[in-house]
Amino acid sequence: MNSEVQHITEYSLYGKVLVGLLVLTTFTILIPWLDLTAFTALIALVLASTKAGIVMTYFMHLKMEYILLKILVIMVLAIYISVILLTFSDYIFR
Amino acid sequence: MDHIEMPRDDIGAKLGMWVFIFTEILLFGGLFLVYAVMRHRYSADFHQASLQLNIFIGALNTVVLLISSMTVAMSVTAVQKKDNRKATILLCITLICAVIFLIDKYFEWGHKISMMLYPGTELMQSLKHGYILFFSLYFFMTGLHMLHLVIGAVILVIALTKIRMGLITDEHYVLLENGGLYWHLVDLIWIFLFPLLYLVT
Repeated sequence: MNSEVQHITEYSLYGKVLVGLLVLTTFTILIPWLDLTAFTALIALVLASTKAGIVMTYFMHLKMEYILLKILVIMVLAIYISVILLTFSDYIFR
Repeated sequence: MDHIEMPRDDIGAKLGMWVFIFTEILLFGGLFLVYAVMRHRYSADFHQASLQLNIFIGALNTVVLLISSMTVAMSVTAVQKKDNRKATILLCITLICAVIFLIDKYFEWGHKISMMLYPGTELMQSLKHGYILFFSLYFFMTGLHMLHLVIGAVILVIALTKIRMGLITDEHYVLLENGGLYWHLVDLIWIFLFPLLYLVT
């Protein structure tokens, strides 16, 4: 298999994605100044995850890829999040 | 002698790069997990220590990498549209962004090192445990990230050379795509590194 359906993404879409990412980056920088104490880290992580999701979907072309690849990515992220949850569920109760 | 077309598997090539990216996600993910646990344990020290970091340079680096991600993605479009000139320009912008990032890092690390604030110095060993942990994690994680950035830049230089030599065309560009994927991974890692290291409250 050496020829796949060519998905040619237009330059303008990439430009719009960059603008969105820069907006989210601005939020990320401004959040600590809102002084939400404990929630700051959580919101920072949510923002970072959103940016990561956007980078993966559009820059890394996942949106246009075949379904198996999308499932694999979700699986790996699920494994990683499970490891985090397991680690913290142990650590917090020590 | 006629050029023999070797059997190619572009889908396999890209899948292989994705599997490698999964291992990298788990590698840095493990480091982030260590950081998370230590930060939970020494939250005050981590907050104090992170004040030593320059948020402006960190933010600048974030913006620079985001732009470079866009340009490398655009370069794939350019190659698909047979526009080698635009692909070359876009890849050059990407590489310039990489250099800017490295220069910023030189100033950041240089500043800390000139203050004797790096793992192993007497100053570092005299500080509180949480401080030592923060800076060890800071240098290790940003150092490992920087290594990946340099590797990614080398791959993109190779891709750029191949475009100029006509070895990457609109019918055969999986090397550029894979190089782009690796570069996006470098960007992804930094997207998490920046808020976790620089914006601790």
